[in-house]
Amino acid sequence: MVTLTEAQRKARRSRSLAIGIALGVLVIVFYVATIAKFGPAILNRAM
Amino acid sequence: MALVENGRYDEDRFRISEATAGDFVSLLKPRVMSLVVFTAFVGFLAAPVAPNPLIAVIAILSIAVGAGASGALNMWYDADIDAVMTRTASRPVPSGRVLPGEALIFGVVLSGLSVMTLGVLVNWLAASLLAFTIFFYAVVYTMWLKRSTPQNIVIGGAAGAFPPMIGWAAATGSVSFESVILFLVIFLWTPPHFWALALFKCEDYARAGIPMMPNVAGAASTRRQIFAYTVVVAPVAVLPWGLGYTTVFYGITSILLGVGFVYYAWTVFAMTDADRAMRPAKALFGYSLLYLFAIFAAYLGDAVYERAAGLAGI
Repeated sequence: MVTLTEAQRKARRSRSLAIGIALGVLVIVFYVATIAKFGPAILNRAM
Repeated sequence: MALVENGRYDEDRFRISEATAGDFVSLLKPRVMSLVVFTAFVGFLAAPVAPNPLIAVIAILSIAVGAGASGALNMWYDADIDAVMTRTASRPVPSGRVLPGEALIFGVVLSGLSVMTLGVLVNWLAASLLAFTIFFYAVVYTMWLKRSTPQNIVIGGAAGAFPPMIGWAAATGSVSFESVILFLVIFLWTPPHFWALALFKCEDYARAGIPMMPNVAGAASTRRQIFAYTVVVAPVAVLPWGLGYTTVFYGITSILLGVGFVYYAWTVFAMTDADRAMRPAKALFGYSLLYLFAIFAAYLGDAVYERAAGLAGI
């Protein structure tokens, strides 16, 4: 098993946080843009 | 363990990365990105259509990420020459903070993501222009021109000139004459800007083996060419007023800025080979940044005024 040094641990945490934020932003952008482009009708689907 | 025993262990490849998120942000060349964002924003807002704020945010974000991605690909490919130049030696890849493979994957993933986002959510003309810009900067300029010809930044300058056109295309779905003028302003501005830098960093470029104009044609020829390009770009930047689609505010601003640009280029032209401090070249480099920002800011101010005047029925 590999034991990370303090620097490696900190760097990994910083990268993980950045990836999380970037993916979150991407989800929000696509969600909002989908609603804005297609309008509320996108939620009106026959079951 | 087998990796070590069979002699194929590559320490760098299997090293645990210590690259922070900040190092990856540095790969995006934030300062270049800020100019790209600004010029793309001007292109978007100057287009004669009612701007959709959401589309504007998505378009500018995609263009910014695409520009950053091409910067990351540039830093991946150029790590060897960046390492021997004082200006670039502390970049994430040559300094060892980011592994070359990390920079490559980062650049490729962001390129794909930015182009797809722009295409799906805005329009495919803007997306294809962004894809071409990334290709032009990473492949045509970085991999081919930069190390092979002193015209590298002249032709490569097109990559930096596309953002306002992409912004315009994102807003309208087309490319028009007005956006071509904005393209030309940045395209013609690039040689005086970079050759001013190359004059006082010519030893750096020589050490890295990059055939910049001063190293190939000499300082005197570079000074002449700087002046020639400046004399051309200054009137081109006035064209939007000359052709009647901006107000006198933009016209006067662009003329004054152009006169300043020509003056600084003239001081560089008048420099002698004995001038080692090269203050005129450093001053021109600084002024050229201010010039481009101010021209686009004036264009933006003009577009906003005309839009507001149109809404108010003036």
